[in-house]
Amino acid sequence: MTAPERRTIESVRADFPMLAARMNGRPLAYLDNAATTQKPRAVIERMSRFLSSEYATVHRGIYTFSQESTRLCDEVREKCRAFLNAARPEEIVFVRGATEAINLVAHGYGRRALREGDEVLITELEHHSNIVPWQRLCQERGLRLRVAPVNDAGEVLLEEYRRLLGPRTYLVAVTQVSNALGTVTPLPEMIKMAHHAGAVVLVDGAQGAPHRATDVRALDCDFYCFSGHKIYGPTGIGVLYGKMKHLEAMDPYQSGGDMIESVSFEETTYAPPPAKFEAGTPAFVEIIGLGEALDYVSSLGWEWIGAQEEALLRLATERLSRIPGLRIIGQAPHKAAVVSFDLEGIHPHDVGTILNEEGIAVRAGNHCAQPVMRRYGLTATTRASFAYYNTAEEVEALVRGIERVRGVFA
Amino acid sequence: MSHPESSQPVKLGELYQEVILDHNKKPRNYGPLDGATAEARGHNRLCGDSYHLRLRVQDGVLSGIAFEGQGCAISKASASLMTTAVEGKSVEEVTRLKDAFLDLLLREKPADGSRAAVGRLKLFEGVKQFPVRVKCATLIWRALEEALRGGPSAEVSTESGQGPTPSS
Repeated sequence: MTAPERRTIESVRADFPMLAARMNGRPLAYLDNAATTQKPRAVIERMSRFLSSEYATVHRGIYTFSQESTRLCDEVREKCRAFLNAARPEEIVFVRGATEAINLVAHGYGRRALREGDEVLITELEHHSNIVPWQRLCQERGLRLRVAPVNDAGEVLLEEYRRLLGPRTYLVAVTQVSNALGTVTPLPEMIKMAHHAGAVVLVDGAQGAPHRATDVRALDCDFYCFSGHKIYGPTGIGVLYGKMKHLEAMDPYQSGGDMIESVSFEETTYAPPPAKFEAGTPAFVEIIGLGEALDYVSSLGWEWIGAQEEALLRLATERLSRIPGLRIIGQAPHKAAVVSFDLEGIHPHDVGTILNEEGIAVRAGNHCAQPVMRRYGLTATTRASFAYYNTAEEVEALVRGIERVRGVFA
Repeated sequence: MSHPESSQPVKLGELYQEVILDHNKKPRNYGPLDGATAEARGHNRLCGDSYHLRLRVQDGVLSGIAFEGQGCAISKASASLMTTAVEGKSVEEVTRLKDAFLDLLLREKPADGSRAAVGRLKLFEGVKQFPVRVKCATLIWRALEEALRGGPSAEVSTESGQGPTPSS
């Protein structure tokens, strides 16, 4: 990967065609980055170029274009390995996104080793995609789903978490960053404690991978996953990392072509990981786009990205806290650039509609995290989530927009 | 809503009218209902609107109606205004009003009589400029439809189809 170059916010914004769009007659202030991120021109153009002049299937072609597609995808697998600092590229499985990755582990690993009465431990912060697959597994197998609570600030209560870990804990599934509140979880401690109790750990990195350097070997997590579209890449592609010993022991998730060694009507021998988990023709155009997106992030560098997003979080927190009747939900000291808030007496859907008229894109709703909403006595919040390409002016536009909301409901 | 690229912002004033804001702040017929004969729940999964509607039908007349729950200003005002519009009317009249309201909000070209038939409720027409909010305005009416259909614990969700259903 190339060394980070010094970038200005203006030149970075110019890399994203969508950021120049207008919405309802106003310049778009795109503050819904936790839902999905905009795409740099490099990604758009790479995919377009591939489709226009390089497109051919992977793996099975004997001809030049197909061999080249295969090589490009292998290259992206290696980029993903380096991005996460995994030990081997074979530990990188291409999936549709973090949701599919979690379902894959619940199915392929979860169903394998457990006995009735075993426990799966998650946290109150989890997105539905890191709750429901485990809930289903538990119902199916007579396991128990346990939930580590959070405090008022939105931090996982480590003492409670420690108490919930035990000889019956078979797997811990925890998010790196809460999509609804922005809390960054203390993964190193949580993973150590889980391993001490003999549990394997899956980390949902959907909200983490786009915003901070992640080293799966330093973390020592057993599984890690993220989605391409939240890290400036295309939709429909994501990554599951798993330690090779786990991937080898796991059952395939889906079955079909590309994942077998040999097939007869009596018996099928599976290919080794990662192919075992990649049945069917992969989303290789998206894989190539993802590779470009990771290169783009690397070209900016985590230091620059971190500084931009930290400044936006600080400014937004400070400006929004001064608005009467506004309560920020989730005030953990260690947070990603997500500001979820409740405006007294005004439903988030109404807030979102009025902000939309101001050209401001935010999320209003339960953020697919109903349990954590309930924890704060709410059914929904308004959420502004920032990326490095957002500006202080956009924070000011948000503040003005919220003032307008208050004006309408005064 | 206007096209996203358009320079003509739609008018928020047509969505958040005084009457709507007033009913949002002070919803009428809010709470439980004695002697309810039918009820239904309405949910909007998108934003978490959730209402519980109760009716009391006596001799073919809607002698009582009340709702409880929470949601956005549009859904709450719509629920409140609906209760004031239907109370005391015959089930047939209520059904006609319900059909006209759903027609007015859901059809691009509503039937000629719908606008006149809904009376003051036509103020919800402004919601049509905000397509994602139409579900909010129609939620309670779809709950009413379910309750009238007679299921003792009917449930409707905004995700389960939007078209006005022919009344039986």
